[in-house]
Amino acid sequence: MNKNKEPLLHMSKRDGVTLQLKLLVRIISVILGFVISGIVIFAIVKMNPIQVYKSMAAGAFGTGTRMWFTVRDTMILTCIAAGLACAFKMRFWNIGAEGQMLVGGIATAFFMINYPSMSPVLLFACMIITSLLAGAIWGLIPGFFKAKWNTNETLFTLMLNYIAIQLTSFCVSKWEHPFGSNTVGVINQRTMAGWIGNMFSPGYNGDFAWTVVIVLLVCTFVYIYLKRTKQGFEVAVVGDSENTAMYSGIRVPNVYMRTMAISGALCGFAGFLAVSAVSHTISTSTAGGRGFTAIIVAWLAKMNPFYMILISFLLTFLDKGATQIASDFGLNEYASQIIMGIMLLCILGAEFFLNYKVALNKKNKEVA
Amino acid sequence: MENKSQYAIQMKNITKRFGQVVANKNVNLDLKSGEILSLLGENGSGKTTLMNMLGGIYFPDEGEIFINGDKATIASPKDSFGYGIGMIHQHFKLVDVFTAAENIVLGLEGEKGKLNKASLHKAIREIADRYGFDIDPDQKVYDMSVSQKQTVEIVKVLYRGADILILDEPTAVLTPQETDKLFAVMRNMKADGKALIIITHKLHEVLSVSDRVAVLRKGEYIGCVDTKDATQQSLTEMMVGRSVSLNINRPVYENKEDLLIVDNITVRGKDGVKRLEDVSFTAKGGEILGIAGIAGSGQKELLEAIAGIQKLEQGSITYIDDKGENVLLSGMDPLDIIHKGILLSFVPEDRFGMGLVANMPITENIQLRTYRQGKGPMLDRNTPKALSQKIVDDLEVVTPDIDKIPIRRLSGGNVQKVLVGREISCSPRLLMTAYAVRGLDINTSYTIYDLLTEQKMKGVAVIYVGEDLDVLLELADRLVVLCGGKVSGVVDARTTTKEEVGLMMTKLGGGKS
Repeated sequence: MNKNKEPLLHMSKRDGVTLQLKLLVRIISVILGFVISGIVIFAIVKMNPIQVYKSMAAGAFGTGTRMWFTVRDTMILTCIAAGLACAFKMRFWNIGAEGQMLVGGIATAFFMINYPSMSPVLLFACMIITSLLAGAIWGLIPGFFKAKWNTNETLFTLMLNYIAIQLTSFCVSKWEHPFGSNTVGVINQRTMAGWIGNMFSPGYNGDFAWTVVIVLLVCTFVYIYLKRTKQGFEVAVVGDSENTAMYSGIRVPNVYMRTMAISGALCGFAGFLAVSAVSHTISTSTAGGRGFTAIIVAWLAKMNPFYMILISFLLTFLDKGATQIASDFGLNEYASQIIMGIMLLCILGAEFFLNYKVALNKKNKEVA
Repeated sequence: MENKSQYAIQMKNITKRFGQVVANKNVNLDLKSGEILSLLGENGSGKTTLMNMLGGIYFPDEGEIFINGDKATIASPKDSFGYGIGMIHQHFKLVDVFTAAENIVLGLEGEKGKLNKASLHKAIREIADRYGFDIDPDQKVYDMSVSQKQTVEIVKVLYRGADILILDEPTAVLTPQETDKLFAVMRNMKADGKALIIITHKLHEVLSVSDRVAVLRKGEYIGCVDTKDATQQSLTEMMVGRSVSLNINRPVYENKEDLLIVDNITVRGKDGVKRLEDVSFTAKGGEILGIAGIAGSGQKELLEAIAGIQKLEQGSITYIDDKGENVLLSGMDPLDIIHKGILLSFVPEDRFGMGLVANMPITENIQLRTYRQGKGPMLDRNTPKALSQKIVDDLEVVTPDIDKIPIRRLSGGNVQKVLVGREISCSPRLLMTAYAVRGLDINTSYTIYDLLTEQKMKGVAVIYVGEDLDVLLELADRLVVLCGGKVSGVVDARTTTKEEVGLMMTKLGGGKS
């Protein structure tokens, strides 16, 4: 007698998945995400999903400017994620990108406001170096405490975010313009000093192109750093086993501090971009939650900066589209959050199918 | 059908694949009630996979399982239990803060939320008396020795009514005395009509405890013999597939010179307890210095202190370099040691916790030692690849790949070969190994012994921490015996006896004045 039923589905681990197959499965997962979302949209609000998607696409790419906005936001999100990846590869849960970005932004704004007439090359050098430094220090603090006293980095980096926000409020009140507005306003609106598009040739759209170029450089740097350098190797070893690192002559505390300085610096650099290339102002919402969204980006991309561009693009697209469908159809933004949720689920689901083979169990064969 | 129930388990044509790796191929296995069956095979031969299919952890891709003559489908550990199969894993699954009795009933439904302590204790005592277990139901797990924890695991499955017990390398963590006790219990269970399967690498244990021996090789079923017709030699040949010599060659190296002087060192653990106290000895080039002692007598701390991982509280460690100059090792960390050009290799006890990076492939693990070489900030990727391929070829490491598959997916023996291969490839002058053959099959173990002896004949000072006294006495030139963190004595391995060393292990100075 057979007491138990044979399991209907049969799972087994799979190896040697080719790159093409990986890409194919992931693309299918995204398409599937859109199809499922379409069904959900239709089932709940009885709207034609094609129309909704069209409207989302219009929100993200409808006009030249919108397209540039989407690209620019994608790149900045990627920059933060690339910075976080350095820490995550070390299994150091840096959730303080918001704060690291803000202090980088403060440093940038400081030079834009106080030294607008400096020669552009010198001004940009100051802005970039100080934003990197500020972010590095903000990352180094939790790294140092972890290295010396093994403090919990999750709490530490999180709490530093709030300090950075307070610091930003303080600076905003110092620099507020016009007086009494409690905002900084657009810095150097007339001269565009310190606007990144203005670095070599004056002009508005230069901001976007520079952002793309610079972030691509950052991605390349992070990719090479993590995969091809001795320091990157040390980061991976420390992330996997501190004891093994110690055994093989890696000074673990130094690696913690060094890597967190780099991680923080890149997030600070994203703050520089956000101020110099995007808003040309500083406020407590300059980071705007992107420091947290970037955590998802980094993990979904498995720490590969070039995948991060794709993931960031998808998330930015959904975000921009959400605003658009909210106004076009009178839906609130939760609609787009549902779509985003379905999408993430599909992308994560694809990982399962890449790691496991699933087959229907063959019916009982003729064995006596 | 009378003969149907004669077999507690019949596995027919079982095949299990993991990706491209075939772990079990058309395996047939029979287990009768009232017998002890040994399952024997080299590392990676698929023993544990096969047993996990009985335990409901894996599900076979092909083949059928019959329990007491009826076809069975075991899709989960719960199903497995339903058929009266109890598995005792290598790693215990107990809740530390619970007592033995609480662990035993944990997860059982019982009578409506009540825990009837008296009747539970009575039931546990009954089981203990019946089979000769030594168990205190009220003892907390964190207070228990490894052997006591194992007892709880076994009583747990018996309490739940298991008739078929599978023990996966139960003796790997036990002392010889504890092993004898376990075997006595197993024989009692057998007499009571239970069916038992034991996985072990130690051939003398196979011969002493089991009725029949089933042998697997590379995932395939080779055959089954009655233990009374088997010898260590014949079993090894079945397992390996060719004849193997079970003798350790111990040549003498003529020009021995002092290479490492350990002088009166004391080391405290993180908890402030003294792990080593006033330990002194000298290691010579061209000699295998065995370190004997009961597990936890300070062996780990000793090697880690020499490697620069543990700080000394007092004393000094001196290394004599190839120009005859003294270099003070104590006070250096592993990086200082590398920078000083001291050729020290170390195979630590905890392979994945210290020696290797579990999630990295072979090449990157090989690189761990050498990645600093070469100028500039970039990693050299070709040299380690070539070296890895050489180690894989030379030591016959079985792996589908050297730079894609994480090393944790290889079997224990192959992992150890990679680790030992890497440490030897650094051409050390001082080579330290801690339990280098733990969990390895007989063939791989002898490969490792040969490698160490080869190093010794190159003039390397080898420090070998071992647990098997027979091997220590055959392999080493001299033995340092540790007892409770102190040196109990230093003896010549060629003239001493097992009894003498055994006494020194348990009593400082071996009881002599």
